[in-house]
Amino acid sequence: MELFFQQVINGLSLGAIYALIALGYTMVYGVLRLINFAHGDVYMLGAFAGYFIANAMNLDANPSILGAIVVTMGSMAICAAIGVIIERLAYRPVRQHSRLTSLITAIGVSLLLEYGGQVVFTANPRFFPQMIRSETYAIGKVQITNQSLLIIVVSIILMFGLEFIVHRTKIGKAMRATSHNLSVAKLMGINTNFVIAFTFALGSALAAAAGVMVALAIPKIDPLMGLMTGLKAFVAAVLGGIGSIPGAMLGGMIIGLMETWIGATSYSTYRDAVAFGVLILVLLIRPSGIMGSTAAEKV
Amino acid sequence: MLTLENIDVYYGAIHALRGVSLTVNQGEVVTLIGANGAGKSTTLRAVTGLLTPRKGRVLFEGDDITGIAAHKLVARGISMSPEGRGVFANLTVLENLEMGAYLRKNKADIASDMERGLTLFPRLKERIKQKAGTLSGGEQQMLAMARALMSRPKLLLLDEPSLGLAPLVCQTIFATIDDIKATGTTVLLVEQNANAALKHSDRGYVLETGAVILEGAAADVAADPRVREAYLGE
Ligand SMILES: Nc1ncnc2c1ncn2[C@@H]1O[C@H](COP(=O)(O)OP(=O)(O)OP(=O)(O)O)[C@@H](O)[C@H]1O
Ligand SMILES: [Mg+2]
Repeated sequence: MELFFQQVINGLSLGAIYALIALGYTMVYGVLRLINFAHGDVYMLGAFAGYFIANAMNLDANPSILGAIVVTMGSMAICAAIGVIIERLAYRPVRQHSRLTSLITAIGVSLLLEYGGQVVFTANPRFFPQMIRSETYAIGKVQITNQSLLIIVVSIILMFGLEFIVHRTKIGKAMRATSHNLSVAKLMGINTNFVIAFTFALGSALAAAAGVMVALAIPKIDPLMGLMTGLKAFVAAVLGGIGSIPGAMLGGMIIGLMETWIGATSYSTYRDAVAFGVLILVLLIRPSGIMGSTAAEKV
Repeated sequence: MLTLENIDVYYGAIHALRGVSLTVNQGEVVTLIGANGAGKSTTLRAVTGLLTPRKGRVLFEGDDITGIAAHKLVARGISMSPEGRGVFANLTVLENLEMGAYLRKNKADIASDMERGLTLFPRLKERIKQKAGTLSGGEQQMLAMARALMSRPKLLLLDEPSLGLAPLVCQTIFATIDDIKATGTTVLLVEQNANAALKHSDRGYVLETGAVILEGAAADVAADPRVREAYLGE
């Protein structure tokens, strides 16, 4: 029983990370019908942005919660800007072309960030500064680190924030309108280019938060760290139903729980294969995903 | 108020409009009729900025608006209820109406316009919290029209507003068009229901394979033998 709860907690904190990244895939898909393959690399850039900010603040020597908040917010802001720049320079010029062109562009941007990252940051892993000292709490026999607790709590706050933006604010409603029908959204007077840029900013900021939190927990970062995590988050988005925000959250949690569970069995060497097995199954059985039916809310 | 000067519009290689010229004067209701695929919807899209003519000009209130982005033209006073309704299925009825007023700031004015729209179409009031995708086709049509009015347009473009509506609701739609005209809004209407549309219009144009073949006072257009044969089923 303890083992079960232990796995649930580990799975939820891993799943929250996938969910945060999956949201970016799903929102961009919603407004542009584009799989933004560079999104996992924005998560990596989020970790690096956090690394540089934290070191500039010398947080390794003087850890503080406040400092960690500043680092996370700073990284989110930087990645939001990077997301907007990627959309503006890479995707907007090819938006009128076929979807295949956009897809190839996305793969190109991803490779650029991964290998450009190796040039700029070098391929050697770096240790992420411990801006919050690691602690482990025990509830009975269940162990929970403050980092996985942090990941779960922060992710929930961010997801509530996102729900608020998407459902309660004017720009959020414009996002939903744009994702349903771009040209009719224009007829409402909505500047759809701005809405698309805003969507990239929002998704990239969530990925950056995930990057910082993972970096803090692991605590090692390298320019290729977004590759596998990004792919799994993409699978999470497909599983939940690409285009659906609640679907991305659910899909992330499911992938995280399954991966943790497999990791605890004797099949643990297959833990990375779980996501891809799920992808194949979803595509065979229900390509629209769990919540991706026509009735689901698309953004 | 609106003038199309010899516009040519293409979809890729498809030449959809060939030298279309058309005028809508301030305060008029003008109807555009024509067979399926004649280019009626294309003409409206060229006015809204969703399509840019390759040749010719679009003038609105004396300004050349050719090539101006669609969302900017809404601010100038052009609004459209598109073909196939185009309601946001994932938004509630209320949110759809709010989107219609996207560029407006004055909350009191928006609320009073919303009230007016809901009085016009009481069905919408009953379903205000419902997702627009769950409305019947006719209800969606009412919503599209009410939404188009929420921007307080100077020029309202309606693409087949009576499509799929029960006769009684059709009457409401045409009565609404009369009301809209009475408030000083100019209307450019595309209709399959040519007879009813021309009755509520000042002038009419007939399009055939991307070109205007006939224009004139609504009564004259309705009386034209070609129109009677082709569109009024006589
Ligand atoms: N998105 C598009 N891509 C390619 N061709 C198009 C597109 N939309 C319209 N066309 C073509 O342009 C021509 C004019 O179409 P349009 O929609 O303006 O006709 P319409 O008069 O509105 O017809 P209907 O009464 O059926 O609505 C048609 O030949 C149509 O096939
Ligand atoms: Mg049409």
